[in-house]
Amino acid sequence: MPILHRNRYLTTIFAGLSDVSISGDIPVEGEINVPVGTPSHDDEYSTLDEPVKDTILRDLKAVGKKFVHVMYPKKSSTLLRDWDLWGPLLLCVTLALMLQGGSVDSKEDGGPQFAEVFVIIWFGSVIITLNSKLLGGTISFFQSLCVLGYCIMPLTVAMVVCRLVLLGGSGMVSFIVRLIVVTASFSWSTFASTAFLADSQPSNRKALVVYPVFLFYFVIGWMILTFSPSA
Amino acid sequence: TMASPDDLKFQEFEEATDLLLADPGASTLSMSGSSSMALAGATGDIKLDMSDDEGQEESSELLRGEKQTSGFWTFEYYQSFFNVDTMQVLDRVKGSVMHLPGRNFIKHTLQSSPDLYGPFWICVTLVFSLAISGNLSTFLNSLGSMVPGVTIAAVVIFLYAWLVPLGVWGFLTWRQREERQQSGYSFLETVCVYGYSLFIYIPTSVLWILPFEWLRWLLILVAMVISGSVLVLTFWPVVRDDTKVTAFATVATIVVLHALLSIGCKMYFFQTATHTPVPTLAPNHTAAVLTNKTH
Repeated sequence: MPILHRNRYLTTIFAGLSDVSISGDIPVEGEINVPVGTPSHDDEYSTLDEPVKDTILRDLKAVGKKFVHVMYPKKSSTLLRDWDLWGPLLLCVTLALMLQGGSVDSKEDGGPQFAEVFVIIWFGSVIITLNSKLLGGTISFFQSLCVLGYCIMPLTVAMVVCRLVLLGGSGMVSFIVRLIVVTASFSWSTFASTAFLADSQPSNRKALVVYPVFLFYFVIGWMILTFSPSA
Repeated sequence: TMASPDDLKFQEFEEATDLLLADPGASTLSMSGSSSMALAGATGDIKLDMSDDEGQEESSELLRGEKQTSGFWTFEYYQSFFNVDTMQVLDRVKGSVMHLPGRNFIKHTLQSSPDLYGPFWICVTLVFSLAISGNLSTFLNSLGSMVPGVTIAAVVIFLYAWLVPLGVWGFLTWRQREERQQSGYSFLETVCVYGYSLFIYIPTSVLWILPFEWLRWLLILVAMVISGSVLVLTFWPVVRDDTKVTAFATVATIVVLHALLSIGCKMYFFQTATHTPVPTLAPNHTAAVLTNKTH
């Protein structure tokens, strides 16, 4: 019964079409509402209209949730799925600001400048991401940048701690304390990012992807450790 | 004789292995898409009962021609240079440090399937180990910024690891064409052997922190012997058919450049404590630093 089949087919496809019975060559009449991108249409409507405070709070909450995920790295895909680069930017700027302006005696030049730290972090992240993709990783470019950026957080915390410790003096004891703190936080960073990144690699190449990450956080940790405030 | 597509695929595999068995010295490149070539490249010895001869004289040309299947602007092209596993990389690193005398690095360890992961990350590690160790060794003068050191180390190491192989490969290829000798190495293989030969300098640069001049020179000697021998053993078979003068000159140049690199790095990054405080490592002071050193 071709006529009946055609009827069912048409009514299921075109929503909003009132019941018509088709027979023979009678053309179909009625309204056709094709549902094209209705969800985003609604969202755009709502996010444009909501107060700015809500938008900012929602983004901040997303960033904060990711920070928590880094502090307690378990295998969750939130970091990967909803990647954003706000967190990494915030951490990078904080770290670069804190690392700046160290030891500006006349004898040797000071610590790394803001731009240098910034470039090292972002350039390093890009290189590691490229390396991971060249080795056949399934993670996308920005997801990887996101993970690497968020996992700098333990090192930023260590930087804050180091600056506080340095307030109390820069002798041997403070150096040992700083060494322990930096070592712990750089291991944490490596471990956290490995938990997210290593899954996207075949098992016989995991070490090849983890080593550059280790090197990256080691270098950043070294910059933190050798930071000494201006006299 | 073969008609169906599956048989044609199998024949392609046969041909590849035949060509390799006929001329084991032919360069192969393992590509991610082509499993037969990858198998040939990775294991090196294929035990198959193929007995038909498939035109040995065209073998190397054929394999060379099949190397790049994607253009250099595609991502897959570069992915083909990273087709290594952890164990392979570790084996290659081991092969650059402990190798039996007489072993050609490219033939035996790389098995003619070079990669770019090793050279690149060894260079990066070396850059940072030089900069950090150099930073540490001037501890007495308190730690300055290591970023200028990293920049200089990066420029020097990467120039060495890419330009010198380019020069060596270019020279050898030119001589080859002149003298119509056996096929030499591809550019990638040259880069690869140079990259892996730099590995020994990583522990060396860390050990250079210990402030004993005699130890530092001893370390240079040991490192030169090990990594220099990798290079010499690799390139000697290719130049030995040339005139004696060219052969010796080529090998000597390779060794001298390698020595210059290690001595230069040691002198620049690791000045002994008896010097006056290290001048700033800003680039415009580099010339002054290098000319005012006393050892």
